[in-house]
Amino acid sequence: MSLKEKMVSSFLAFELDTNINSPVHDIRSESIKDFEKIGFPGKKNEYWKYTPINKVLNDKLTVFKKKRHLIEFEKVKDFFVNGIESYKIVFIDGAYDPLWSNTTHKGVDICILSAILENKKYEGLINKYYNTITDKNESFSLLNSSFSKEGAFVHIPKNMELDKPIEIIHINSGGESSLMLQPRSLIILEKNSKAQILESHYSLVGENNKSPYSYPGFIDPLTNTLTEIHVEENANLDYYKIQNDLETTSLIDNTYINQKRDSEVSCHTFSFGGNIVRNNLNFYQNGENINSIMKGITILGGNQHTDHHTLVHHANPNCESYQEYKGIYNDNSTGVFNGRVLVDKIAQKINAFQQNNNLLVGEKSSVNTKPQLEIFADDVKCSHGCTIGQLDDSALFYLKTRGISEKEAKGLLTYAFANNVLENVKMQALKTKIKKIIANKIGVNLGFEL
Amino acid sequence: MLEIKDLHVSIDGKEILKGLSLNVKPGEIHAIMGPNGSGKSTLSSVIAGNEDYEVTKGSIFYKNENIEDLSAEERANRGIFMSFQYPVEIPGITVTNFIKTAINSNLKARGEKEMAANEMLKKIRDKANMLEIDSKFLSRSLNEGFSGGEKKRNEIFQMAMLEPSLAILDETDSGLDIDALRIVANGVNKIKSSSNAIVIITHYQRLLDHIIPDYVHVLQDGKIAKSGNKELALELEEKGYDWI
Repeated sequence: MSLKEKMVSSFLAFELDTNINSPVHDIRSESIKDFEKIGFPGKKNEYWKYTPINKVLNDKLTVFKKKRHLIEFEKVKDFFVNGIESYKIVFIDGAYDPLWSNTTHKGVDICILSAILENKKYEGLINKYYNTITDKNESFSLLNSSFSKEGAFVHIPKNMELDKPIEIIHINSGGESSLMLQPRSLIILEKNSKAQILESHYSLVGENNKSPYSYPGFIDPLTNTLTEIHVEENANLDYYKIQNDLETTSLIDNTYINQKRDSEVSCHTFSFGGNIVRNNLNFYQNGENINSIMKGITILGGNQHTDHHTLVHHANPNCESYQEYKGIYNDNSTGVFNGRVLVDKIAQKINAFQQNNNLLVGEKSSVNTKPQLEIFADDVKCSHGCTIGQLDDSALFYLKTRGISEKEAKGLLTYAFANNVLENVKMQALKTKIKKIIANKIGVNLGFEL
Repeated sequence: MLEIKDLHVSIDGKEILKGLSLNVKPGEIHAIMGPNGSGKSTLSSVIAGNEDYEVTKGSIFYKNENIEDLSAEERANRGIFMSFQYPVEIPGITVTNFIKTAINSNLKARGEKEMAANEMLKKIRDKANMLEIDSKFLSRSLNEGFSGGEKKRNEIFQMAMLEPSLAILDETDSGLDIDALRIVANGVNKIKSSSNAIVIITHYQRLLDHIIPDYVHVLQDGKIAKSGNKELALELEEKGYDWI
């Protein structure tokens, strides 16, 4: 049985275990039907041209978990941002872990999706927002919608500035082979509200950078996550993603963000590892005076691969979008950046900026970068640029004349190259955490406090 | 300190320096003047260890050691410093973090202990004060968006921090207004001692009003065409380089 067939037949078993009177039941059944029609992306699919996703679509994968894994705090404490107070929603192998979570319903909902889907009180919200902005022609979004049951739910009421950040943490215990996880999150920021959200994906690490429970024939998890974010008028979301996983685990991350007028969303994506990581980050601007900011740092080594597909749909006038992605590729690692900017005919006076810079450090590393601008308005400012190269010789010489060794100078310049993207990270503790990960990834002892 | 003998230097097969000799002793300030294209910047680059330039003949001795085979960082570790005509912008590293890394790299290369954090901080504060550098400036990215004057002041700040035995100042006066010129020159005069030496490379005489050279050399077509004392600089200013 192919993985596609297996998924379709798994749905019948999955359905038995869900409430068929739930408002999302129809969405699930429609989605699996649509998935059955289109299946997984084929080899000639342009959208997946440079990412060999079939490599990780092993037909042994299953959406059913057999057992529950408990993990000691000691092993996961570094996955949290140290030194800050935060709301926490923690999932281990896709299942909610109440032990380390810190959720709330006091004036604001920061909790799990499964509880909301079964609660009449939230039916209005679900009908208004759930699965309204996902791409109904995208295989993995459809698959996630079919099997969606658990994930984070965040609802910030109007005029509220959230008192502390939210950490949504997905941990793979590695305790079971062949898992395909389908986390689903729904985030709603009402009018004039403001929040900071950090979403991260980690795995427990054993010897040789493998899963601690790995054995010959072990198939590492594939996570197919989907996050829907609705940002109402004049709301402000500061959103961060950390993808720092094993070289053997893979992640497909579909994020859909719908913005209303006067709102601002900033999304930083830190991709520091995984076997194959695919980000589909989609912004829809539904109103005037909207600002959408996307920044990213990718640092890979070994045979890792990361793909950033971004989409900004400028559907209204007087809006802005800003994209700045940097990549550092060591060893045989590979990367993709595809930045699509779609400007509708009525979307006059918009300003769209896009920049993608890459450092190829490994001799066999490579990157495919492609700006994709589709502009139907005539009074807009759209700029884009990309570079692929090595470190600047004149900068290297400058550092060396100050007595800094070649190795250190290269490390420092590489660090500087990435560090430059961090200036808008507003959470100081997170900034420090990211700087340390970067220094560690580059393997340089910088000799100053980060 | 620095002994250059019959130096011939080429870049991309084109000979720029054609038999230059120069002898600089500790405690001395030498000014090297010359028209555009005479080889001034080539001379500073080749002393600093820029590998784009090829020494085809002659030698450079520094503290009685032939430095031909030393890399730029090894020369810096031994106390050679060059102030760049066009300092490179490095976004993502602050001035403070850069200078900390540089100082500790040099100490490490000399087999010495890294400088304690409080000592480093005090030194940074002292030298910044001397050059009238605002503390905000120190937390900006290295040279990024700096004005011409700020870049040059930052070069001299690094010189003050690194305390080199031999400093080559390549066109340090270009891009400086009169106030910045005075501050930079005062800084250089304070760093100057009987145990270090300074080579000033300049097109114009104006920096030499503030930093008085012991010797002035005129570089023309890759060679020292004439040497003298500070009067020579004034004469050049008046009569131009064609007069030589």
